[in-house]
Formats: sequence, C-alpha cells, structure tokens
Amino acid sequence: MTMTNTAAPAATTTSTLDLAGVSRWYGNVVAVNNVSMSLGPGVTGLLGPNGAGKTTLLHMMAGFLTPSRGAVTLDGRPTWRNPEVYRRLGLVSEREAVHSFLTAYEFVLATAKLHKLPDPQAAARRAIDLVEMADAQDRRIGTYSKGMRQRTRVAAALVHDPQVLLLDEPFNGMDPRQRLHMMELLHSLGDAGRTILFSSHILEEVEQVSGTVQVMVAGRLAASGDFRTIRRLMTNRPHVFAIRSTDDRALAVALMAETSVSGVELGRDGLTVRAGDYGAFTRMLPKVALARGIRVQQLIPEDESLESVFSYLVEA
Amino acid sequence: MSTVSWITVRGLFGRRRFLLLLPLPVLLVGLAVLSRGLGVEPTDWGPPVLVGLGLAVVLPVVSLIVGTGVLGAEIDDGTVVHVLTTPLPRSQIVLPKLAVAAGVTAVTVAVPLFAAGLLADSVRLGAALAVAASVGALAYTALFVAASLLTRRPVLLGLVYVLIWEGLLSNVVTGTRVLSIQHYVIALADRLAPTDLLATTVSVPVAAVMTALIILAATFLSIDRLRSFSVAGETS
Repeated sequence: MTMTNTAAPAATTTSTLDLAGVSRWYGNVVAVNNVSMSLGPGVTGLLGPNGAGKTTLLHMMAGFLTPSRGAVTLDGRPTWRNPEVYRRLGLVSEREAVHSFLTAYEFVLATAKLHKLPDPQAAARRAIDLVEMADAQDRRIGTYSKGMRQRTRVAAALVHDPQVLLLDEPFNGMDPRQRLHMMELLHSLGDAGRTILFSSHILEEVEQVSGTVQVMVAGRLAASGDFRTIRRLMTNRPHVFAIRSTDDRALAVALMAETSVSGVELGRDGLTVRAGDYGAFTRMLPKVALARGIRVQQLIPEDESLESVFSYLVEA
Repeated sequence: MSTVSWITVRGLFGRRRFLLLLPLPVLLVGLAVLSRGLGVEPTDWGPPVLVGLGLAVVLPVVSLIVGTGVLGAEIDDGTVVHVLTTPLPRSQIVLPKLAVAAGVTAVTVAVPLFAAGLLADSVRLGAALAVAASVGALAYTALFVAASLLTRRPVLLGLVYVLIWEGLLSNVVTGTRVLSIQHYVIALADRLAPTDLLATTVSVPVAAVMTALIILAATFLSIDRLRSFSVAGETS
C-alpha cells in the first residue's frame, strides 16, 4: 500500500449547521432533549456514552430523521425533506451497509454520478486516493475487511467535496494505521475550512482528533466547546496538578498556606496539588516558588484530559 | 441507463432471491406443454393454468419478489442511504427503480404467459396475455414498491393482498374484484383476445381506470414517503 497525501483542497465556501431547541422522542422515550448548537468550520467531536442520543442527533443533522421539536438547518435551510442539502453535506453512517456486489471504484463512481459531478471519474479517483484505497479499488466490496469498507464509505461521502461531513463512529473496525490516517484526513478537512462532526464513545479518538467537543449525556447536551475550557469552568471540582520542584517539601508547606489550594500530597515523584480556582492557582504558584527560592521543574494539569472532563460530566 | 437503474439491476441480479424468479415461470410453461402434449382440451387446462397459476400466482408472486427487491431490500440492509444522501429528486430514485422492477417482472412473466397462451389457443391470446401481464406487472410492482416504504414487512403485506384479498376474498365476494389487479389483467387480456378461457365480472373501463389509478397513486405515494425516509426504516 502506498502512502498518499491526505491534504484536502481548501473549501471555497464554508457552511454552518445549526440546531435550535432540537428534541426527538419515541413514544415516552426521549432520545434527544432540547439540544441547541452551531457547528462551523473545523473538527468537532460528538461524545457520549452508548445510548446518549449521538446517533439520533446525527441522523437529524443529516436529514434522515425529523425532530419532534425544534429545527435543524444547514446554512439556514432545513435538512429534513430537502435533498438539496446533500450538495454540501456528506454522511458516513454507523451502519456498515455498502453495495457488496460493486467494486470500490464502481461504488464511488456511482455516487459521483448520482451527484451529477462534471467529471465523476476524476472525482472518484481523488476520493479513493484520499482514503488510500487505490490499490484495492477494483475488488468487490464484499471481499473487503471492515476497515476497508469503512474507508470506501468515507470516499463516497467525500466524492462531491462537501462543506459539511458527518461521521458516525468513523474509526470502527480500523487498524491503528488506518485510524491514524483517518484522523489526519479529518484534521486536514477541518483545517481546509470544512465543518466536520464525528461521533465516538472512545475518548482517545476524540481527544486526538479534536479539541472541540459536544458532550451528550442521556439525550442532553451536557457541555460544548474546547474540553480544556469546559474543565476550567467546572469550579466545583478541584483541579489536580502534578508538580516537581527543587524542594517539593518546602513548596508543599508554602502551598498549604494559600487559600486557593485545597489539598497537597507529597509523593516520591513530586507533589499532587488540588486547587479550587485554576487561574488563581497558576498565577500564585510562580510567586510563592520565587519568594522561597524554589524552582518549579514541572507543572502538569492532571485532570484536564478529555477522560476526566467526560467522567465529571457523566457523573454530574 | 441511469445510475439508479444500473445499481438497481446489479442489486437485483446480485442477490440470491433472484433465483426465486425462475421456478414459477418454468412450471407454467411446463404444465402448458404437458397438457398440450397429453392432448387435454384447452378448455379443461386453460383456465387453471393460465389464470389459476399464471395470473393468480406467477404474476403477483414474481412482482412481489422483484417489487420489494428493488427498494425494500436496500432499505433492509441500509444501502439505500447511499442513494438518498445525494441531491437527486426522490422521483428520480423511485421512477427508475419502478421501471426496472416492472421491466424485469414483465419479461419474466410475459414470456411464459405468451407461450402458454399460444399453446392453449393462439398467438393472439398469447400476445394478449403478455401485454395484459406487462400492464399488471407495472401495477403490482408500483404497489409493492410503495409497500416497501409503508411497512418494514412489505413481503408479508404483499402476500396478504395476493393470497387473502385476491386469492380468497375476490372468489367469494365478487365486489372485492374491483380492487384486484388480477381481475384487471384478466379483463384487459380478454378484451385484447376475447376467449372463453378468461372470465371476470370487472369491466374493461373499470379495469383500465383502476389500473392507472393504482399505478399513479402508488408511485406518488412512494415518492412522497421516500422524501420522508428515516434511517430506522420508518417514515414519518
């Protein structure tokens, strides 16, 4: 297999996907509850535990489900009962269904023709190259591995170079190398001005691909934005820092005297400090250290990972 | 051939259920050849073979297999989403699929019916059966394509219509024949080649108008339901 350039061409226009007070219920079960968000250019991760309503939300965004309440619009036009939106929108659904009797090239070419692209052959080749499927493009899809089928579906979703791409669990079934390549591709598409939203319940995937997240918990939008910023807004949970310095014990004593610090633990590898206010602590620390002649060698926010943010949100 | 037609044809012939189309037409021709070979009077074997098997079983069952196969199978396995995530007006998806379904059904049914009609009476009867069956194929497949979008069990719904409504009720309660495609086909074939082998209480004008109505209503319904297609396979 040859490595190809995953750089996506820059978008000539950008698109915004808006959800305004969107709810969806099935009988008495509320799958999505009053979600509002606006997605612009860049990569956004839609995160949530299984059953949180991610797929229902994606289907409403993609025009495959009508909201019970609220509106989903792409550049101001509704996505429901409006096939015109697919000129600007691509979807990779979670379900693996692909026409197994076609080759990848036939499948992507057919999609290009359905979009009535001016040069469907060139568009199909470009999309297949983007997902590194050129070597296997003439084999029937039925003979592919799960990851190869997934990449073929991504190629079909990208063939018309959409401004908005929605992907439901796109990394399912991919091996680590394919996963890395797909992450690079999504980064590249986002950097080129496209609006990319992908759902995942695997934190590492979201953390590696996108800093911006929409977190769904039990049908509600629990948090939205950069996950580090979200963490800093959680003032009811102390921030945990790992610190190493030239004199950990003396620094521990000094920090305990500060009101912004709620706890200090002295260990063999340094200090673990709990602080209530992120900003106040990070401003205070250098002053305290300098006043006592201590040099801070390492300062790591320990619970600013997406995993910590996510677990706090789910537990809340 | 449009891309939708091409995918539909590939999908139809790429699935094993296509093999289900073969036995019934072969049985129809086989019985006609056997009856003719044994010297049985056409008045004795004509009605049960041409109508009882050909128009009451082969035509609707083949229509059901093909009609639910062109769209229902794609809805079942989820591949329909690939066609739907394109800006194609939904009519440009339904109409080619309906054309493929009606065409494949017509060829599969009209050829054996022509042969059976020829063996029973004349070229004219064979041709009349083939033409009427082709019209019936369009009506049946339009109905079954629509059923694919109305329910997640289109085959069951189709079987209820063919077996219970047409097969049972229309023989007992003659008034129900006015909603039976099978009787429209008999009326049309009998008009094209008047014969004692075909008999129905439905008049030709009623048959023609009802056939057209069913085709148009089912097609419009399919297009409208496809516009509201939900990924769960339900429409709302």
